[in-house]
Amino acid sequence: MVGVEDLVHFRYYVSSKTINKLIQVHDRIFCCIAGSLADAQAVTKAAKFQISFHSIQMESPPLVKAAASVLKELCYNNKEELQAGFITAGWDRKKGPQVYTVALGGMLLSQPFTIGGSGSTYIYGYADAKYKPDMSKEECLQFATNALALAMGRDNVSGGVAHLVVITEEGVEHIVIPGDKLPKFHDE
Amino acid sequence: MDISKRPQTFERQKGFSNTVRTEQVSTRPATYYLSGAKIKRFKMLEESSEPGWLSEEVKTGTTIIAIEFDGGVVLGSDSRVSAGETVVNRVMNKLSLLHDKIYCALSGSAADAQTIAEMVNYQLDVHSIEVGEDPQVRSAATLVKNISYKYKEELSAHLIVAGWDKRGGGQVYVTLNGLLSRQPFAVGGSGSAYVYGFVDAEYRKAMSKEDCQQFVVNTLSLAMSRDGSSGGVAYLVTIDEKGAEEKCILGNELPTFYDQ
Repeated sequence: MVGVEDLVHFRYYVSSKTINKLIQVHDRIFCCIAGSLADAQAVTKAAKFQISFHSIQMESPPLVKAAASVLKELCYNNKEELQAGFITAGWDRKKGPQVYTVALGGMLLSQPFTIGGSGSTYIYGYADAKYKPDMSKEECLQFATNALALAMGRDNVSGGVAHLVVITEEGVEHIVIPGDKLPKFHDE
Repeated sequence: MDISKRPQTFERQKGFSNTVRTEQVSTRPATYYLSGAKIKRFKMLEESSEPGWLSEEVKTGTTIIAIEFDGGVVLGSDSRVSAGETVVNRVMNKLSLLHDKIYCALSGSAADAQTIAEMVNYQLDVHSIEVGEDPQVRSAATLVKNISYKYKEELSAHLIVAGWDKRGGGQVYVTLNGLLSRQPFAVGGSGSAYVYGFVDAEYRKAMSKEDCQQFVVNTLSLAMSRDGSSGGVAYLVTIDEKGAEEKCILGNELPTFYDQ
C-alpha cells in the first residue's frame, strides 16, 4: 500500500499493483508491512540481518517474539523519522504459531489475530463479527481472503493482488490470488 | 475557459490551501475520511488546560444506518454526542421525525443536523397540507438536499432520510454534502468506516423485517465497540404502512462479538 499523506498532497499515483507486502525475515517468520513502503523495507532489511545474526548466536531458530521485538526496537527508537507498522507472524518450537503487531510508535502486542494498514478500518466490524478462536486452516484462509477482498473493495489505496502465506511446523506455503478471483460481495 | 468564471473556482480552491483548510477540516464531520486522531493533532498545536466541552464544537460523531425491506424501512443510530473528548450526552436519539412515516438520521455537527431536521419538518408540514396527502419520501429527501447543497460551505451535517410512502414503498436516501441518491441501505457517521466490510459481506437483497432489524442492531453494536465517538444505547425505528415504531436497546442488551 502506497502511503501518501492526504492533507497537503492530493497526488495519488499507483506505482505498482503487484508488490508483495509479506517479507520473510526468517525460515518460519514473516512480516506484513504497512505505511511508507520505503521505511518499512529499510526496517525489515535491518531486522532480517539482526535476526539471522541472533539465531546464529543462539544456535537455534529465533522465537517469533524475538523477531517482533527487534522490529519494535527499531520502530520505537526511530519513531520520529519512521512511519511504518508491522504484523509479525510465524511459528517457533516454544509457543507454536503466534501473531504480534508492532504499531506506528513502537507498541508490541500479542494477539490471536490482528488487522492493520489503511484498509483495516473498514473491516474491523467484519473481523470482530466473523472471527472465532480455534478455526481450521481452511476456515482461516477463507476468513483472511474475505477480509482482504472487502477491504480492497472499500479502500482506494488497497488493491491489486492478494498475497497469503501459511506458516506451519512443516514449512511455508505462499498463495497468490489475483483481483478478479477474489470473492465478490454486494457492492452498492 | 471564460476568465470571468475563473475567480469563482479559484475562491473555492483557496478554501483548500493550507491555512484555511485546516480550520475547515477540523469542523467537518468525521464521516468518511477524517478520524479522531487527525482532529487531535490540530488541537495539540494550541494546548490549553480547560476542558474540551467548553471550547469544542458539539458533534454527533456517530454511527447511523438505514435499510429498506419490502414494505418499509428500518433506521438505527447510536446515542453518543461528543464535544472534543468529552461526551456531553450519552442518550441522545439521533433519529428525528420529519413526518409521520418519514424519519431522518443525524450525524456530523449536532446543531447543524438538528436545525436542518426542524426546517425540513416545517417545510414538509406545509407541503403535505398543500397537496392534501402524506408527502413522498423523495420530497423530504429533496428538501434536505436543497438545504445541504445551498449551505454546504457553512454546514457540516449528513442526514440519511428514510421512510415509507404509498407510491414507492420503503425508501432510503443519502444526502451527503448535497447529493441525492437512493440506495437499498446506507451507513453514515464516523463509526460507519469500521463496518463497511461487515455490511458489504452481510447484506442480502430481499431480507425480511426481522432480518433487517437484526442486521441493523449487529452493525450498530460492532461500530459502537470500535468507534470512540459512538456508544451508549441503540435506537431503532421501523417504518411501514401502519406507521412508525420506535425502540431503544440498552447497552447491555446489544449483541456481543469477539473481544467484547
